[in-house]
Amino acid sequence: MEEKKNISQQAVPPAEGAREHGGEYLVEVENLVKWFPIKSSFFRLTIGNVRAVDGISFKIRRGQTMGLVGESGCGKSTAGRTMLRLLEPTSGEVYFDGQPLSALSRQELRKLRPRMQIVFQDPYSSLSPRLPVGEIIGEAVREHKIVPREEYDDYISRVMRACGLPEYYKDRYPHEFSGGQRQRICIARALALNPDFIVCDEPVSALDVSIQAQIINLLKRLQKDFGFTYLFISHDLSVVEHISDTVGVMYLGSMVEYTGTEKIFSHPLHPYTEALFSAIPVPDPDVKINRIILKGSLPSPANPPHGCKFHTRCEKCMEVCKYAVPEWTEVEPEHWCACHLYDSPQQKAAAEAAMEEAKAKGISEDGPQETL
Amino acid sequence: MSEHKNSSYISAKESRKITRFNRRVTKKLEREREAAGHDPSLYTTVMKDPNNVVEFDNVCTYFFSDNGVVKAVDGVNFSVPKCSTVGVVGESGCGKSVTSLSLMQLLQRPSGQTVGGQIRFNLGDGTAYDIVKTPTSKMQEIRGNKISMIFQEPMTSLNPVFRIGNQVDEVIKLHNPQMSDEDVKARTLEMLDMVGIANREGVYRMYPHELSGGMRQRIMIAIALACSPTLIIADEPTTALDVTIQAQILDLLQGLKDKLNSSIMLITHDLGVVAGMADYVVVMYAGRVVEKGTADDIFHHPMHPYTIGLMRSKPVVGRKVDELYSIPGSVPNPVNMPDYCYFRDRCELTCDRCKGLYPPEIKISDTHIVSCYRYYEDGEVLGQPKSVNVEEL
Ligand SMILES: Nc1ncnc2c1ncn2[C@@H]1O[C@H](COP(=O)(O)OP(=O)(O)OP(=O)(O)O)[C@@H](O)[C@H]1O
Ligand SMILES: Nc1ncnc2c1ncn2[C@@H]1O[C@H](COP(=O)(O)OP(=O)(O)O)[C@@H](O)[C@H]1O
Ligand code: SF4
Ligand code: SF4
Ligand SMILES: [Mg+2]
Ligand SMILES: [Mg+2]
Repeated sequence: MEEKKNISQQAVPPAEGAREHGGEYLVEVENLVKWFPIKSSFFRLTIGNVRAVDGISFKIRRGQTMGLVGESGCGKSTAGRTMLRLLEPTSGEVYFDGQPLSALSRQELRKLRPRMQIVFQDPYSSLSPRLPVGEIIGEAVREHKIVPREEYDDYISRVMRACGLPEYYKDRYPHEFSGGQRQRICIARALALNPDFIVCDEPVSALDVSIQAQIINLLKRLQKDFGFTYLFISHDLSVVEHISDTVGVMYLGSMVEYTGTEKIFSHPLHPYTEALFSAIPVPDPDVKINRIILKGSLPSPANPPHGCKFHTRCEKCMEVCKYAVPEWTEVEPEHWCACHLYDSPQQKAAAEAAMEEAKAKGISEDGPQETL
Repeated sequence: MSEHKNSSYISAKESRKITRFNRRVTKKLEREREAAGHDPSLYTTVMKDPNNVVEFDNVCTYFFSDNGVVKAVDGVNFSVPKCSTVGVVGESGCGKSVTSLSLMQLLQRPSGQTVGGQIRFNLGDGTAYDIVKTPTSKMQEIRGNKISMIFQEPMTSLNPVFRIGNQVDEVIKLHNPQMSDEDVKARTLEMLDMVGIANREGVYRMYPHELSGGMRQRIMIAIALACSPTLIIADEPTTALDVTIQAQILDLLQGLKDKLNSSIMLITHDLGVVAGMADYVVVMYAGRVVEKGTADDIFHHPMHPYTIGLMRSKPVVGRKVDELYSIPGSVPNPVNMPDYCYFRDRCELTCDRCKGLYPPEIKISDTHIVSCYRYYEDGEVLGQPKSVNVEEL
C-alpha cells in the first residue's frame, strides 16, 4: 500500500501494539450509538432520547473516501462528530488506526486530535472573524507543535499554497473573502495539522456550482498528494458519486446500506436507497425520470417506528417489517444492507419468531417504542 | 511582505463624494416615482406580445452603495409566456434575485433603484402596467393577488410566534376582506390540503418551528397560491431542502401551476432542477442575460461559453470524469465592469471580435438567443443591452 506522504516531512510514528484492527482500514466503526437526552422543562428529568445515531457499523480503507448520504436530520453530522469524539458516544466503538478511541486517556486523545480533522458546511460561521487568516491556519499548528518554530512561517505558506491561497492573504481577515475562498481557508486549517483522516461535513453545499467544482478538485488533489482518508457528508448525490469510493446511506439514525460507489448507484438493494437515488435531478429535459416519491415525511428520531424504521414509507413493506428489526448483513461480498427482503432462511425464521413474540406482547404496529 | 493594494479600497474623500452623489440621485429618483404615481397614463402601457405574462425590457437595477454604484442588473431582456415555467440560472450574485425583486418592487430602497428599462406586467384586459413606474398602492394590489413569491429560506419568511393557521388566514383575509371568518378558515384548510399536508387540522394549530423544512416550504407555497396568482416567482425554492423533499416540492409546484393556469419564474443555480421543470431557460452572468432559449436549446445545444462551462462543472450521476471542469478566474468587480464582454477574462474560446465592445444579442433561431461573438455569422444580430449612465441622472 502507498505510504502516506507527509506535508511537514516528519514521519508519523506508527501506531503501537499488536492489532487485530487497523491495517488495511484506517477507521472502523462498530455499533456506534449517540442519543441526545430530551429533558423535561420542570425537573430537568430525562423523558426520552433523540436517537440521532442508533448503532452504525462500517470501515473506511486508508486513502479512500466514504460518502455518507441521507435526508437532513438523519444523523450524518452527528455520526461524523461522534466518530471524531467531538461528541461523547452513548455506546459503541471507533477504532482509529487500530486503536480503540474509548480506551484512550484524555491526554492520549489530545495527542491524536491533529490526526483527525473536520471541515464544516458553513464557511461563514466556522472562521473566527477577529483573527487574520495566517493565525487561523497556524494557531493549532503551534499548539500541537507540528513543526519546529523556525520553520513555522514557511510551513504555513506551503500549506496555503497547497490549497490555492496566495501567501499575502495571511494578514487579511475572513470577511474579505468569498465563500469559496473561506472554504479553502477551512481546508487549509485542517490540512496544516497534517491529519490522516478528515471529516468533510457538507463542505460544498453552501457554494456555487462553479466554486463547488474547484473545492472538490482541491480535495481530490490533496488526497492524491498526501494520502488523506475522507468521510464526505453531503446530500448532493451527484457530488458524492463523483468523489467517493464507497457510499453509506443513513435513514433515521441507522445505516441501511453500505458498499462501493459504482455498485450502490447501479444496483441499490435497499428500498430507501432506491427511492433516494430516483429523486436525483438530471440536467437533461428529455430524461423523464421515474421518481419514487416518498410518501409522508421523516418520522421523529425521538420516536422511531417499530421494526424496520423505514416501514412507514416503504413500498415493499411486508408484515414482518412492522415488528422485527432487520439485521445489518453483508448480503453480497462488500455489500452491507439492512432489509428483510434479503434475509437468509435463518434470519427469516428468527424475524418471524420475533414478530410472533412482539404480537403476543401486544405491541401495536406503529406505536411508540419504549424509551430508556 | 503583505500586499495591501486592493482596488476596492476607497479614500475618505472619495467615500464622502460617493455618499453625496448617492443621496442626490436617489432623492431625485424617488421624487420622480412619486410624481409618476398620480397619472395612470404614465404607468399604463401594452404588452409587446399579449401571450406573455411579464416582459423584461432592458431592465437596469442599480444599488447606490457606499463603494460606488453596483450594477446588479444591467439591461436584462426576457419574457415569461403564459402558463409556462421559465428557469433563471446563474452563479450567486449574478442578479437573479434582484431581477425578481425588481418585478415585485421589493428592492431595498432608497439605495436600490430600477433606473432604466420597462417591466411590463400583463393585466389580462389588453393593458399592462410598467412596474418600474407603478405607484406602491397599485403594486400592493398586484403583489399576492397576481404575482406571489416563494423564498429560499422558509423559516425566515414565516413568523415564528404565530400559528400556521393564523398566518395563512391573514393572507387570505387581506386579499378577500369580505370573507367571513369561517370561510377563511375553510379556505386555509383547503389550501393546506392542496399542498399535501396530511394532518391539516393539527398543522393549522402548530407553530413554524414544529414543522420540518419541507413542510414549511409547503406552507409558503400554500400562502403564495392562496389567491391564484397569474405568476409565481420561486427563488431557490428547494435549495435548503434534501433531494427527496425537493422532488416532492417540485412535483407539487408543477401540478399546482397546471391547475391554476399560472406561470412560474423559477430561480435556481441547480441545472438539474431547471431541466426537470422549465419550458424556457434564461442564463444570467454578472447582471446580464448571456443566453436564453427553450430547455432543449439550452441543454442540448448550449452556445455561450459560460453556459457550456456551467454545465460541465456540475457532476452528473453516471457520467464519470476524473477531474471536474471549473471555470477559471472569477466574476468581474460589479462596481467597475469592463466595456468588453464580461466573460472575456475567463473565456477559453475567445475570437478576434471579442476585443470589441460587449457582444450584441444574436438570434440563432426563433427561440434561441445568445450574446457572444462566436456566433456573429450564425444568426441575426440584434441590439446590445444598454447601460444607464448614472452621471446623467
Ligand atoms: N441591498 C444591496 N445593496 C448592495 N448590493 C446589493 C444588494 N442586494 C444585492 N446586491 C448586489 O447585487 C448583485 C446581485 O445580487 P442577487 O441577490 O440578485 O444575486 P443572485 O443571483 O440572486 O445570487 P444567489 O444565487 O446568491 O441568491 C450582487 O453583486 C449583490 O452583491
Ligand atoms: N445537540 C443536539 N441536541 C439534541 N438533538 C440533536 C443535537 N444535535 C443533533 N440533534 C438531532 O439529531 C438528529 C440528527 O442530526 P444531524 O446529525 O445534525 O443530522 P444531519 O447532519 O443528517 O442533517 C436530528 O433530529 C437533530 O435534531
Ligand atoms: S425491511 Fe421491509 S420495510 Fe424495511 S426497507 Fe426492507 S422491505 Fe422495506
Ligand atoms: S464574446 Fe468572446 S469572450 Fe465573450 S463569451 Fe463569447 S467568445 Fe468568450
Ligand atoms: Mg448536517
Ligand atoms: Mg438570490
